[in-house]
Amino acid sequence: MAEKEIIDTIEGEYKYGFTTDIETETIARGLNEDVIRLISAKKEEPEWMLERRLKAFRHWQQMPLPEWAHLNIPEIDFQDIIYYAAPKQVKKLGSMDEVDPELKRTFDKLGIPLEEQMALAGVAVDAVMDSVSVKTTFRETLAEKGIIFCSISEAIREYPELIQKYLGTVVPYTDNYYAALNAAVFSDGSFCYIPKGVRCPMELSTYFRINAENTGQFERTLLVADEGAYVSYLEGCTAPRRDENQLHAAVVEIIVERDAEVKYSTVQNWYPGDKEGKGGIYNFVTKRGLCREGARLSWTQVETGSAITWKYPSCVLLGDNSVGEFYSVAMTNNYQQADTGTKMIHIGRNTRSRIVSKGISAGKSQNAYRGLVRVAKGAENARNYSQCDSLLIGDKCGAHTFPVIDTRNSSAVVEHEATTSKISEEQLMYCRQRGLSTEDAVGLIVNGYAREVLAKLPMEFAVEAQKLLAINLEGSVG
Amino acid sequence: MLKVKNLHASVGDKEILRGINLEVHAGEVHAIMGPNGSGKSTLASVLAGNEKFTVTEGEVEFMGQNLLDLSIENRARMGLFLGFQYPVEIPGVTMANFMKMAVNEQRKFRGEEPLTAGEFLRMMREKSAVVELDSKLTSRAVNEGFSGGEKKKNEIFQMAMLDPKLAVLDETDSGLDIDALRVVATGVTKLHTPENATVVITHYQRLLDYIVPDFVHVLYHGRIIYSGDKSLALKLEKEGYDWLINEYDK
Repeated sequence: MAEKEIIDTIEGEYKYGFTTDIETETIARGLNEDVIRLISAKKEEPEWMLERRLKAFRHWQQMPLPEWAHLNIPEIDFQDIIYYAAPKQVKKLGSMDEVDPELKRTFDKLGIPLEEQMALAGVAVDAVMDSVSVKTTFRETLAEKGIIFCSISEAIREYPELIQKYLGTVVPYTDNYYAALNAAVFSDGSFCYIPKGVRCPMELSTYFRINAENTGQFERTLLVADEGAYVSYLEGCTAPRRDENQLHAAVVEIIVERDAEVKYSTVQNWYPGDKEGKGGIYNFVTKRGLCREGARLSWTQVETGSAITWKYPSCVLLGDNSVGEFYSVAMTNNYQQADTGTKMIHIGRNTRSRIVSKGISAGKSQNAYRGLVRVAKGAENARNYSQCDSLLIGDKCGAHTFPVIDTRNSSAVVEHEATTSKISEEQLMYCRQRGLSTEDAVGLIVNGYAREVLAKLPMEFAVEAQKLLAINLEGSVG
Repeated sequence: MLKVKNLHASVGDKEILRGINLEVHAGEVHAIMGPNGSGKSTLASVLAGNEKFTVTEGEVEFMGQNLLDLSIENRARMGLFLGFQYPVEIPGVTMANFMKMAVNEQRKFRGEEPLTAGEFLRMMREKSAVVELDSKLTSRAVNEGFSGGEKKKNEIFQMAMLDPKLAVLDETDSGLDIDALRVVATGVTKLHTPENATVVITHYQRLLDYIVPDFVHVLYHGRIIYSGDKSLALKLEKEGYDWLINEYDK
């Protein structure tokens, strides 16, 4: 769908003023202070939250659009977007037979169990799996440990002291264009707080698998691991996601207090547009975590979707002995564009960071790694190891690497390795001679290449992510 | 089992095979020898279906089917195995995983159920013993960091796993020391049965001390110019190819 069509579809015939009907609640397109006041009011936010949004909005208006990325971004008319739409009550489907056959095919290939397929596709699941009770069980288990896990809107109302203490401290609204926009208009997202010394008893991914809800266009996530706490959090889903909103600008902030550890994994498979490069999501994300003394933050991402990806999950290693890690597989096919990487900011002493980036480009896509390793003056004995590999499939795609190293302390040790390779005819011949189809051979070779990163994902997702890579490369060779 | 009739193949405009005729029956071992550049490896590649080469003329029948109509993978699934002269590395893909896919593809082709994890592991252990392959190698990535000898042993290990009808071994003896040569050659001999056939491509008679061929063919300039029994290999070892080539060129 073209952008215009998408907007028309959402907007329908309500072109003037604020409208309400039974199914959806939307406001007119465009952005001004009234719109922000309305968003805040709809969410029953306290006054201080509205003030924050307005401040961010006023700042955003002064900012120029960033153009430094290796991306060709079509002009976005920010006044032509609808900034608030209450989640629609999607009509539940009666059975799996009503699900789009293409989606079903992908589910099968991914090997997602039937019950979950139904949940993801929006089939009423009560008969098969009591999702409400599962959800409640999770909540109870978490509550016993004092873990807070709720929507950010709920958190703003229920836990204002935590929100005021942490929100915007790692990614302030002044950070960049899209972060400012998000701070002004964020729709919803998640809040997670793990209290001191608590080890979250489950992968928070499990929760998401059953509650794969549409989180909206301007998602805001805040995750706080208090001293000595541990949590493994998974965002996204291997199942393909379509969304009517073309522009997505999410912000994820993570605070890792002293000796705490956070693993944040992402599988992003938004609609990438069709084979001719029409449509698809523009994904402009700001993700950053702050590590206190002895803390550890590990980002793992598998990026296969979106027409445009602009994303640099980063670690600010503020405390002494803190550790930051970034493991990434970014795959682009057809006309997709990705400019992704990380920033490791070493401030504390004896801080360590590790970057493993695996780019895979196929079709006519462009895939760039952009990374910054900065060692501040006081960061004695900082260490970084970076490895940036690119794999090219076919001869019409591009892979680019933009690593920046900025060291201001002579005791730092910074290593950077980079390779570029292609799937060779010889490798394909070898696999096929052993009875593998070309498609399976490509999948196998790509997965072997990405193995180091995939191994960092929670088990059940690693298996699906492997299949996902293979599926998204279908038809790109031979 | 294999009938090659007047096979011509080229790469670009360069004709390399210029009318090969060869018939291989079950239970036989054929050796193909010949000077460098005569087309030995090309013959192996063309039989396997390597798309670098274009077949311009001729017919190949394998197990009663027109081989040239089949895809590379279907030739393999039907039981045609190529032991590569230069086995490639596939980083990050374990031998175990690779072989599991290969074995199960073959089973699927035959309408059989995939092996269970237990059955497969037992099979791996059994077959790696055939070529004295260190079982640790099966948990390493395909050919990655393998020595020359290990790579060649690994080819024969894969042959043991896939139990082919026809194995074409392309200079499996090149780059092997005497001990590794013995292990590889003994392995091939162990795998030989009255139901299958082997074509070994080699420069040296020494391999044929272990793998005793029923027929020896000399390939020159894209054609088989002379065929004989195992004594031919000994004669070639002593006298070289010149006497044959001179005769042929006349």
